[in-house]
Amino acid sequence: MDLAFFYFLILGFAIFMYVLLDGFDLGIGILFPWFEEQNQRDHLMRSISHVWDGNETWLVFGGVVLFAAFPMAYGAILSTFYLPIMIMLFALIFRGVAFEYRFKSNRSKAWWDLAFSSGSTIAGFCQGILLGSLVQGVPENAIMASSWIWLTPFSIFTGFAVVTGYALLAACYLYMKSRNEIQQRAATYAKRLLLLIFFFMLTVSLWTVIAQEDIRHRWFDGLNPIILSPLPILSIVLGVIAWRSLSSTQLESRSFWCVAGLFLLGFSGLVVSLFPYLIPTQLTFMEAAAPDSSLEFLLYGVCIFIPLICGYTLWGYRVFAGKIEDYQEGY
Amino acid sequence: MELDVAILSRIQFAFTVSFHIIFPSITIGLATLIAIWEGLWLKTHNPYYLQLAKFWIKPFAITFGMGVVSGIVLSYEFGTNFSVFSELTGAVLGPLMAYEVLTAFFLEAGFLGVMLFGWQRVSPKMHFMSTLVVALGTWISAFWIIVANSWMHTPTGHIIVDGKFEVESWFEVIFNPSMPYRFTHMLTASFITATFVVAGICAYYLLKQQHQHMAKKGLSMCMWIALILTPLQAYIGDLHGLNVKEHQPIKLAAMEGIWPEEEENVPLLLFALPDMEAEKNHAEIGIPNLGSLILTHTWDGAVQGLKSVPPEDRPNVPLVFWSFRVMVAIGFGMIAIAVLALILRHKGTLYSNKAFLFIVTLFTPTGVIAVLAGWYVVEIGRQPWLVQGLVRTIDVVSPLPPERVLFSLTLFVIIYSLLFGVYLYFMRKLIRKGPPSMEALEKQMIGMKAPGYALAWVKNLNSPKQGEK
Ligand code: HDD
Ligand code: HEM
Ligand code: HEM
Repeated sequence: MDLAFFYFLILGFAIFMYVLLDGFDLGIGILFPWFEEQNQRDHLMRSISHVWDGNETWLVFGGVVLFAAFPMAYGAILSTFYLPIMIMLFALIFRGVAFEYRFKSNRSKAWWDLAFSSGSTIAGFCQGILLGSLVQGVPENAIMASSWIWLTPFSIFTGFAVVTGYALLAACYLYMKSRNEIQQRAATYAKRLLLLIFFFMLTVSLWTVIAQEDIRHRWFDGLNPIILSPLPILSIVLGVIAWRSLSSTQLESRSFWCVAGLFLLGFSGLVVSLFPYLIPTQLTFMEAAAPDSSLEFLLYGVCIFIPLICGYTLWGYRVFAGKIEDYQEGY
Repeated sequence: MELDVAILSRIQFAFTVSFHIIFPSITIGLATLIAIWEGLWLKTHNPYYLQLAKFWIKPFAITFGMGVVSGIVLSYEFGTNFSVFSELTGAVLGPLMAYEVLTAFFLEAGFLGVMLFGWQRVSPKMHFMSTLVVALGTWISAFWIIVANSWMHTPTGHIIVDGKFEVESWFEVIFNPSMPYRFTHMLTASFITATFVVAGICAYYLLKQQHQHMAKKGLSMCMWIALILTPLQAYIGDLHGLNVKEHQPIKLAAMEGIWPEEEENVPLLLFALPDMEAEKNHAEIGIPNLGSLILTHTWDGAVQGLKSVPPEDRPNVPLVFWSFRVMVAIGFGMIAIAVLALILRHKGTLYSNKAFLFIVTLFTPTGVIAVLAGWYVVEIGRQPWLVQGLVRTIDVVSPLPPERVLFSLTLFVIIYSLLFGVYLYFMRKLIRKGPPSMEALEKQMIGMKAPGYALAWVKNLNSPKQGEK
């Protein structure tokens, strides 16, 4: 297989893992304002305090895969989207330190609550903005010239879409990890968010198809509509299953996995639309690829360590399996 | 005033990386110490080791958290502020940093959760193993990032194709000439930093007559470690300096304040005010020929001076010169403390000599200061080059509108200052609160859901409750 294509897949894998894992993690912060009581908030925080660092590491990994395998794209994307990336980083700083300080504070708890929820929400929103502005396509020489290209109605819309998606993941995660009142509320929120996310997915799809000719051709030329039809159909099926399992306390983890599947389908749709571009209409992954000497060297690392990482990450989740209420934890 | 994006980006990078390194230099050593204490507890069943581990895991956690959030910023800053640099050197630095993430960051993060929150869920041995893995992760992380950084100082193993770097030999890139020295010096620096942080707090407790059993155990152990590591560090530093002399002679000339155009023998300067305009030092106090002795190991060995290259190829001399002296002075101060501790130990007054305990308390933050000073020597001494002799810093910054960088830099300064204040506040709070009492520890251990802790606790040798305040 072509090395550059392999790294394109790895990059996709890293981004998907990030969106899935940090998605529910940031989502907890997005849902925070809807749980008013301190002990509920403690619970929300504790449900992710042992995993947030690992989840965020996928963001670092996505960044360095881009750096190592597609250095041209790394430099160009990051400097073009300087402001949204910086704001995302600031937001991540605030939510990250809130984990450490919130439990140790007495008087300043309200501030850490604010840092955590606004940090999570802003970080998710910036990621949505990045997504939207990449889908729209980046004009040449964007770094200096039209440097507000990332701020458009479409990118703001995708910003809200991503925030909603993360909140949905988090609600399903909470449904799996909690009991009683919190679980009930998580189910209620999850259902509303599920409807909302279908609205967003539909609108974003129509919007891109109408506004962008290349993407329209990709989806509607020749036999493509038939080949690609499983994506929307499966999405609806998964949505329905998720909805139903939110009403049954027997299948508490099913809704989470359905929504994860939904994310995977949405993500695949995105890749279908944009392939083979890293920066749409500017730079393909073939053009941006690093020389073979670098790609080969990193290949060993990727093939050996990604399975290992998946292994011990899974082990970590199993150590903390079960409901959060059942343990008196802390260090 | 005309804003210059190159200057702003450099200030921002220097500021954020300096902020970051404060935390790793503590966590690398502290993770290792905590692993040692946990291991010693499981082996000897002396409860004070457990108390040390349980106490320091909290400062460790907040320090680690600060390290993580400030590090994520850095890994993106290469692209945001030095996009041209990342395009040129991505093929070399990218895979090294990718290996860091694959072999270290995931490892640290994966086992950190168990280390901090898993007491109730895994056996004591498994918990110890998790701590050990976290410590190992921090070492591996240091290894890869130091490899990347050292390559920028002593680049080998690459070829340049169309202006971009490609790798010919990864072995030569990784084992570049300065890497072994920089890696050992940095790793030892972190152990020393953490050792003096722990020793300083233990000495503080002894002065205040609190938590004395634990504090004695901690101080004694740290002073033994310091006795071994601080002279070793000076020795490695000396070798490191000789390596600099070979590969980056102008940096060395700046460290020692050597100006002459012709190579000649040099004094060891204890004090001087280097003046870059006049190209000489003011108010020199030095020991003749000692510089030559240290640098060339002969009495009249000749050393290259700053004036042998044009002014635009020289780094900021006063900064390098003084940073170097700050680091070395702290190093010798630490050696003195370690030796003093040995003497007091023989006299039997290690834990009661007020003046000594006070000095050790004052030395709590000096490791961090020495680490920063050391990095300033290394990094500012390399300027104006980013990759020594090949890439100039000013040529490779992102062509961003300067206001944006000013905006982010301002926010970094505000947010990081705020966070640093918060960090110190919570550290103080944790230190004031002190370790869990023996009674609390006993209740915790007996009450653990995971099997093994109660048994391990029951085996404690000395009765835990006696004499604890
Ligand atoms: C000698 C040690 C050392 C040095 C010179 C650096 N770091 Fe660092 N870094 C660590 C040692 C470390 C660590 C010990 O592994 C940290 C610190 C505390 C921690 O939580 O992990 C870490 C954390 C850390 C993280 C977060 C990891 C996570 O998500 O768990 C990132 C992304 C970076 N660093 C990136 C960098 C970059 C881009 C650097 C250079 C410009 C850099 N670090 C210098
Ligand atoms: C963590 C400890 C480090 C500290 C305290 C530090 C400090 C500094 C400082 C003060 C500068 C500014 C020099 C100047 O412009 O006069 C600088 C520059 C730079 N350093 Fe480091 N450095 C560290 C580690 C690293 C590492 C590990 C790398 C790369 C792998 C690195 C890459 C760079 C780059 C790219 C620059 C150029 C930007 C600039 O000139 O400001 N540094 N560093
Ligand atoms: C006591 C005698 C010491 C000597 C002779 C010494 C020597 C050196 C030299 C020559 C460098 C610069 C290398 C370069 O420019 O590439 C350096 C860097 C450095 N020093 Fe020291 N050092 C000493 C003590 C210490 C101590 C006590 C610490 C911290 C606890 C420390 C921390 C560092 C760090 C972090 C760096 C930068 C990273 C590196 O190059 O490893 N040093 N030291």
